[in-house]
Amino acid sequence: MAEVEETLKRIQGQKGVQGIIIVNSEGIPIKTTLDNASTMQYAGLLHQLVMKARSTVRDIDPQNDLTFMRVRSKKNEIMIAPDKDYFLIVIQNPSD
Amino acid sequence: MEIVHVYSKLRAEFGRQCLFSDRPAELLVDVPPDPSLAQHFIQKKPRDQALQACLDMSEHQVNTKRFESESRGINHVEGGWPKDINPHEMEQTIRFRKKVEKDELYVTSVVQLGQGMEHCIRQNNAVDIYQEYLEEEEEEEEENQVAPSIASTQNVYPNELKRTVTGLSWHPDGGRKLAAAYSCLEFQKSSRDLSVDSYIWDVENPNRPEMTLRPPSPLVCLDYNPKDPHTLLGGAYNGQIVYWDTRRGSTPVEVSSVETSHRDPTYKILWVQSKTGTDAFSASTDGQVLWWDVRKLSEPTDRLVLDPSREGNLDQALGAVSLEFESTMPTKFMVGTEQGVVISCNRKAKTPAEKIVCTYDSHHGPVYALQRNPFFPKNFLTVGDWTARIWSEDIRESSIMWTRYQMSYLSDACWSPVRPSVFFSVKMDGTLDVWDILFKQNDPTLSLKVCDEPLYSLRLQDNGRLVACGSQGGGATLLEVCAGLSTLQKNEKSLLASMFERETKREKILEARQREIRLKERSRSEQSRSEDGGREDGEDSPDQLIARAEKDFFSVVEAEKRKRRDREEQSNGVRTKP
Repeated sequence: MAEVEETLKRIQGQKGVQGIIIVNSEGIPIKTTLDNASTMQYAGLLHQLVMKARSTVRDIDPQNDLTFMRVRSKKNEIMIAPDKDYFLIVIQNPSD
Repeated sequence: MEIVHVYSKLRAEFGRQCLFSDRPAELLVDVPPDPSLAQHFIQKKPRDQALQACLDMSEHQVNTKRFESESRGINHVEGGWPKDINPHEMEQTIRFRKKVEKDELYVTSVVQLGQGMEHCIRQNNAVDIYQEYLEEEEEEEEENQVAPSIASTQNVYPNELKRTVTGLSWHPDGGRKLAAAYSCLEFQKSSRDLSVDSYIWDVENPNRPEMTLRPPSPLVCLDYNPKDPHTLLGGAYNGQIVYWDTRRGSTPVEVSSVETSHRDPTYKILWVQSKTGTDAFSASTDGQVLWWDVRKLSEPTDRLVLDPSREGNLDQALGAVSLEFESTMPTKFMVGTEQGVVISCNRKAKTPAEKIVCTYDSHHGPVYALQRNPFFPKNFLTVGDWTARIWSEDIRESSIMWTRYQMSYLSDACWSPVRPSVFFSVKMDGTLDVWDILFKQNDPTLSLKVCDEPLYSLRLQDNGRLVACGSQGGGATLLEVCAGLSTLQKNEKSLLASMFERETKREKILEARQREIRLKERSRSEQSRSEDGGREDGEDSPDQLIARAEKDFFSVVEAEKRKRRDREEQSNGVRTKP
């Protein structure tokens, strides 16, 4: 438990990080630093996106798997680290 | 039952009996070989024989079915919660979350993911990994290697009947539709059953027109209302003006009456900016420019006779072939005539005489196209005979820039709406020329053979990328212009402005010089006349003139006689001297 808190605090402390969400494999946000509405939106949309991306990668090569996803947009960057059961989503505003 | 057919013929009718006999073979001709004939021929060795062993190829065309795609939205509701937990209940959700957080698997995964994530975050903060290096280089190569990169032909809208595409107009909202006017302009060539319809095409579908317009007489020109994209005005071959609303269908909503319309085909019709948005004006070779209010097409609201002597005399009027109207200058407009003169007019003049402001003697033939530069309204482009000329409003004597005499007649031209220095022109040999005057003045920057028939009309879409040109055979071709010719280059406006200024100044200087010379001549001739005038002043009557003439005559005769006598004396003197 403590490690989780520590990890999240470290990430939150990095420059430009706007929010962190931890989502489980069904799309339920477990832990979040953003408000409820945004969390719901991000969790729902990104969950589907990650599922699609993962299935794409595995379709092309069944031995392959998705390790990391970065969605860079004009205003910020959304980084998603998928795991078997959980995703870690971080929204960062790159400093440049 | 046996079917039997019996037919009989008289023995005498059979003819003579054939009698065959057997004969042995006999030799008819024997031609022995003559080796001497071989001398005439040379034996050829070695011999080259070409063989080809290549794959058989054949060309196939496949047209796939249209891929239909739709955009849909998804409504996300919170889901995924296990059946027993009500997502709206705060307590239950919190309890669930706490349970998950205690799970060991959760802890390890989060820690692991956190490490990877931290790395990426730090990476982001350190360097912009998506930074573009060498950005400037990309821009340079664009430059003007634009010329080889092509305008690609996109769609051709054919028509089985041989009518010329005489007018084109793009839909004002985004240009998805193109209206094309078809008519047969050759005198009395159109047959009775030739269709009078004109079509509105959708850019995506070249096979069938989106809508047909049925005027009472073939349309020579068309224009979409820039304010209301559903309404169209067309000028017909018999001089009438026809008004459509595309929502109401193919038949015109209103047609102007024949007595008050033009007496010749209406060559050009344009919408005018007005408060009501319902005004338009049309020009025709009968020498009149008529203003109309589309709510009441039974008679024109105003009339102008294109008489250069400003008397309003219809017999002396010049026939108009093209019109020009710029919405930024609502009171002025220009008319291009059949006689090659461009007339600049003022709409708001009080008397009809003042309506015609000035004339420019431009071409040797009809001025087929006339357009102001959308970025520099003081300069306009005219096309006629074999050249395209660019004029400045202030210089009346001649154009400031012109192209070389081309190989075939130019039939239409227009400026690019996005690039001030680019204009397009079409010729009678079926080529489309793209001219970039900042790049090359002598030749077109890009010349494309669109079709084998003469091209009669040309229109550019408002975004500057699509060009539609219409040919004599009735086909309208849509071309896409490459990005280099349809994106504004840096400094283009200022460069072009300085070019126009320079040319205008040159012409002004030339004009001033001409005037000087003329003035000098005139003053010289006046001077000499004034000297004679001193003598002549006292001798006005014809008698005195006659007396003077006699005196002059006799004095000349006397002088001649004297000269002859002197000569004789001289020769006599020479003889008698020794």
